[in-house]
Amino acid sequence: MSPEPRMVEVRKNVLKQNDVIARALRERFREEGILAVSLVSSPGSGKTTFLERTLTLLRPNHRVAALVGDLATENDAQRLARSGAPVKQITTGTLCHLEASMIQKALDGWDTGKLDFLFVENVGNLVCPSSYDLGEDLRLVLLSVTEGEDKPLKYPTIFNSADVAVITKMDLTAAVDFNEQALDRNIQAVRPGMQILKLSAKTGEGMQEFLDYLHKSQRLRPQAASAATSRN
Amino acid sequence: MHELSIAMSIVEMAQEEAGLRGNVQIQAVHLRLGLLAGVVKDALLSSYEMACETTPLEGSRLIIEEIPVEIYCSNCKAQRPVHSIQYFCCAECGTPSAEVTRGKELEVFALEIRE
Ligand SMILES: [Zn+2]
Repeated sequence: MSPEPRMVEVRKNVLKQNDVIARALRERFREEGILAVSLVSSPGSGKTTFLERTLTLLRPNHRVAALVGDLATENDAQRLARSGAPVKQITTGTLCHLEASMIQKALDGWDTGKLDFLFVENVGNLVCPSSYDLGEDLRLVLLSVTEGEDKPLKYPTIFNSADVAVITKMDLTAAVDFNEQALDRNIQAVRPGMQILKLSAKTGEGMQEFLDYLHKSQRLRPQAASAATSRN
Repeated sequence: MHELSIAMSIVEMAQEEAGLRGNVQIQAVHLRLGLLAGVVKDALLSSYEMACETTPLEGSRLIIEEIPVEIYCSNCKAQRPVHSIQYFCCAECGTPSAEVTRGKELEVFALEIRE
């Protein structure tokens, strides 16, 4: 006769493996002086256009590269390569998010030379990417003015996990009857104190402020081997 | 949906733990799930069943304890429950705070085993 079941304590983080790799990546970026910036958004937020513009604007004076998470059916990497920056695609297949191990694998053996900025475009999805630390210094959550002011309230977890909210397609505000105050209020409700940047990659409005923000972040970033804090 | 890959990690982790204890039989896995972990409870429960198929954990249960979100309130100078997941302010005094102290857990807490 088998004895009664008993409880044993385990206490292990399910995403431990991801977090360990993310921490190693973060340390590596710091040692190499790279500011790693990830982007999350819904499909159709204008993320690729925004990133293409960013790469193009940074490239004359900075060493930049981008990693792009694409579902099997997409090819944002090709569009981004038009900027002239090194771009590498990570095909996630049916997986709806990037994980730290994919970043690590993509970086290994990819000769980009020395970099100032590395951008990581996550798969277009506002749910799944929130759980996975990618070792980034900054996580941008993108939202276009066409998506509605209540989006932060529908996806509080991803907004709360991000460092900066970037509002895109500001050239369309009049056309879609965009309520700027309501959006600001909703973002502040789910992430008090969050930095909000508003821009249009199409007209270029607000892009300089965004670049200034990147440079400021690069100057203020913690140095290598300092107490690196994980996202979780 | 990423719950299936998370469920598979849970099954893998539980099997490892069972192995360390001399291949005991696992009857249930107790999981602590923070409301800010980015994982949907119901999706995880059904994914768990799928992830267990054809493994020694087939037929085992996943028992989820949901962990509420807490923040550090600079006014109360204490850890406090959040007003709601859509409104990150102290439930007691209303001071906004982005300093989450609890609610991101995704942790295999314990196993119910039979030797
Ligand atoms: Zn308070």
